[in-house]
Amino acid sequence: MKNRTFAALAFATAVAVIAASRLIPNDYFFSAAYTVLQFIILATAWNILGGYTGYVNFGSAAFFATGAYSSVFLYKALHAPLVVMIVTGTLAAGLLGLAVGYLTLRMRGVFFAIATLALAVVLYTFVVNWDYVGGARGAYIIQPRVIPFGLPRYIHLLYSAMVLMTALALVIARAIETSTIGRGLAAIRDDELAAECAGVPTLRLKLFSATVSGALMGMAGTTFPYYLAYIEPSAAFSLSYAVNSIAMPLIGGMMSWVGPVIGAVLLGSVQQIVQVTISSAWNLLIVGVLLVAFVTLAPNGIMGWVDAWRRKRR
Amino acid sequence: MEFPTALVLNAIIAGLLLGGFYAALSVGISISFGMLDVVNIAHPAFIILGSYIAYIVNGWMGVDPIVVSLVVSPLFFALGILLYRIYYVCFERRGQESLRGLAFFFGILFITEVALVLIFGVDYRMVRTAYSETTWRLGPVDFPMRLVVPFLVSVTMVVGVQLFLTHTFFGRAVLAVAQDPLALRLMGVNPTRVKGLAFALSIATAGVAGAFLIVIQPVQPAIGREYIGLVFAICVLGGMGSIWGTLLGAFVLGIAESFTSTFFGPSWAPAVSFGLLLAALGFKPSGLLGR
Repeated sequence: MKNRTFAALAFATAVAVIAASRLIPNDYFFSAAYTVLQFIILATAWNILGGYTGYVNFGSAAFFATGAYSSVFLYKALHAPLVVMIVTGTLAAGLLGLAVGYLTLRMRGVFFAIATLALAVVLYTFVVNWDYVGGARGAYIIQPRVIPFGLPRYIHLLYSAMVLMTALALVIARAIETSTIGRGLAAIRDDELAAECAGVPTLRLKLFSATVSGALMGMAGTTFPYYLAYIEPSAAFSLSYAVNSIAMPLIGGMMSWVGPVIGAVLLGSVQQIVQVTISSAWNLLIVGVLLVAFVTLAPNGIMGWVDAWRRKRR
Repeated sequence: MEFPTALVLNAIIAGLLLGGFYAALSVGISISFGMLDVVNIAHPAFIILGSYIAYIVNGWMGVDPIVVSLVVSPLFFALGILLYRIYYVCFERRGQESLRGLAFFFGILFITEVALVLIFGVDYRMVRTAYSETTWRLGPVDFPMRLVVPFLVSVTMVVGVQLFLTHTFFGRAVLAVAQDPLALRLMGVNPTRVKGLAFALSIATAGVAGAFLIVIQPVQPAIGREYIGLVFAICVLGGMGSIWGTLLGAFVLGIAESFTSTFFGPSWAPAVSFGLLLAALGFKPSGLLGR
């Protein structure tokens, strides 16, 4: 399938999903679906750098929170409309990805991973000390009274935005995967030295993939303050974003854009169910155990099983 | 901004005392990451685990936490052997350590933290020792015993590890595996076995360091994360795989943090380690005493 066809199909599906969801009377559905979609974006974004390029990002929460807090800033400073927030947060997180990548991607991959881990702690410290966006106390973000497109509640608008952003993230991921860039990234993942020798512009490609990945993670965070209506640093920087965005692609499979989606839908839904029926601490434990179990026992994830099964049938 | 002498002196002493403790936190990383090339980002999780074990036994029998940690260190050693076995079989042998190995340790870190939250809750736990309240005064400078005792034991431990590595057969085998595992194999030594024991040693130091931590400050499961940046910053700053470098890097970081909290407020302290890590990576990736 051509990328343009795929894009048209993805956005058509997104619009259809949004239209169909209008028939669902239950508000909880929108809230739960919002969370799952948010994880699909995070997992897809992580996979662009982690799965395609082979560089581990432990700082998903930092990029996510960059998007969220740029929205808070715009809300406090200008009362900017949602679209402006989404675009600004995406750009800000992309710039952050570029900066961190520029500083650490020239060295061994491990240093990038460690730097992203520490980045989350530092940005957290920064936000806690920044009173304008609420500091450690957090900030209230009041959802606008007037809701566009005749939607009944604000969560419907956030949900619709999330569906469209998910479609965008998938289109970008698939486009990267199938293009020359994607092949360059795969070459880096498999053997960076060989790729460099073969003339692949490794640093430029790595920076590109770090930027896109960071930007998409930030995009997932931009609507988060409105979703919660109250934001505090420990919610925006929660380690669960980091662990989920790693666990989902690893469980689903990292070689194609489908893997993270499968992982996110599966793990995201399980967490929603566990959160309602047991408790949120337990659902984090489940994610951790699944991550370790898959990475040791089924390193290629669910898509790895599918591929193996297909090969056997042939 | 003013820098009164007494304040500066106190900041330097506090930084040095803290630095000694930081060296104990990071000496394990210096072994596992610096020498064995095993990027154990779950290291802080074992430190916190050590804190909780010291806390439980102290509450149960009233034994000093540092003594407890030394007694239970063989348990951590055994845990380290087991962990390296899994790591070797699942990742290192398949050549997948760079991505999946990292994710594995991240998962271990996360599981330990959540399990501790489920068992002990998110309350801060602390331990009272015989010396917790005592402070020596030398002119304007304070020497709080709750920092001095961990400092002394830490520095002893770190120097002990260094002497062990340079003066025993096994220690030299570890240094050799850091330099050239293939050559070691040609000498008829199994590098995997050496790495396993050295990794176990690194986990044992983490367990002991955990006891220092709970003597110095109250502990809750999530604070382990704050030390990830710190231990790697010290390891890189000091020079990969150099124990003396780790000690020096720890002192530098301790003083930098102590100055930051004295003059800018303690809430800024966590940013120091990251700043130093980035500076070290950007300007001198080989570290202060790197080869």
